[in-house]
Amino acid sequence: MKKNILLGLSFVLMVIALYLVFVYVPTEKEMGIVQRIFYLMVPLGWLSLLAFLIVFIGSILYLAKRESKWDILASSSAEIGIVFTTLALITGSIWAKPIWGVWWTWEPRLTATLVLWLVYLAYLIVRSYATDEERGARFAAVVGIVGFIDIPIVALATTLWRGMHPGPIIFQGGLAPAMLLTLLVSIAAFTFLYSVLLIQKVSMKNDEMEMKRLKELHS
Amino acid sequence: MRFWRKVIAIAWKDTLSEVRTKETVSSVLVFTLLVIVIFNFAFGTSQETMVLVAPGILWVTFAFAGVLSLNRSFILEKEEGCLEGLMVCPISRETIYVGKLLGSLLFMLVIEAIALPIFAFLFNLVLSLQLVVITVLATVGFVTVGTLFSALAVNTRAREMVLPILFLPIVVPVIICAVKASGLALSGEPWGSLSSWLQIIVAFDAIFLVVSFLVFAFVIEE
Repeated sequence: MKKNILLGLSFVLMVIALYLVFVYVPTEKEMGIVQRIFYLMVPLGWLSLLAFLIVFIGSILYLAKRESKWDILASSSAEIGIVFTTLALITGSIWAKPIWGVWWTWEPRLTATLVLWLVYLAYLIVRSYATDEERGARFAAVVGIVGFIDIPIVALATTLWRGMHPGPIIFQGGLAPAMLLTLLVSIAAFTFLYSVLLIQKVSMKNDEMEMKRLKELHS
Repeated sequence: MRFWRKVIAIAWKDTLSEVRTKETVSSVLVFTLLVIVIFNFAFGTSQETMVLVAPGILWVTFAFAGVLSLNRSFILEKEEGCLEGLMVCPISRETIYVGKLLGSLLFMLVIEAIALPIFAFLFNLVLSLQLVVITVLATVGFVTVGTLFSALAVNTRAREMVLPILFLPIVVPVIICAVKASGLALSGEPWGSLSSWLQIIVAFDAIFLVVSFLVFAFVIEE
């Protein structure tokens, strides 16, 4: 029941966000129509950080308490996070092409996102290479903790590396109220989508565990 | 005090076996030279391009050398069941971490102490104190996370394949800062212009020394 309410809420918000992005919000003066991808890119970037924060918290709790529910939370969040990070990278490239004329630039935020993506890819790989599940969970938790702590240092290093140029226009100065509203609604819509996906994924993994337990009981 | 005695005992054990077999240092050193020579073919030999790409070559080489020698660190322990032996010793897991870290740090520094002058000689560059400081600080960063991940990788199915996948993305900030700082050092800039890069490396070293120290026990528990 609770799942359905969340699902409905995220659907309604997503439709509103689409309306705001494509109909309501005025086209940005300098960048033109392309700028509208911004309302997709920022929520995706924000969600990948949120997802990896949940991985971090889940990992610490798993190592401290050794309850598999925390591992399930962390690994589910990592899988969703990597999907969102991939989408953020793709939308980032689509944005970069018309603005800077190339598909990929080593812009600090884009670079840091790429490193983030690689770290959490390693998180999933370590889990799959472990010899047994408990060990995989433990190793993944260690990577989840170290990886998250690395994020601010990566962000700092990449920013400094690109010469501390001011970021793209959007991030300084303010946004026009209409744009800000669109952005906030879009962020809210995606955050709800994330929580729906997370709940689904966690309950799926719980069911998998239950199935495995029953199978072992049977054989 | 007793903590350090045990730490030094572990580091000494590694050093002794290395001195007797000369496995890690000699093979990694040859590898390092090969990488430097091969990069030379990739970028041509003109002096202007060399100044531009030299810091990059140096740090790619050291990062790869780090992966190689850190992998050895725990594979040797695993092969003869030494790790189990260490774990039943009346010492904390953290002692093992610091001991292995010191051993690997020593090997890396020895390799770099030989490779750096050769590098400067081959690429016609001037070594400075700045470059030495950068190398030591960055190597500490490599070894802190490298020791943790090496212990983790050796317990997975793919063993030595896993270390680079984990290690390289995490040390990206160290590589960025070391490359930038070395570039500045090689073009003769004063210490002041290097400081922000060195600060990030030092922060990385300190943060990951503490974090790895805290989580190491979870990596080797059975």
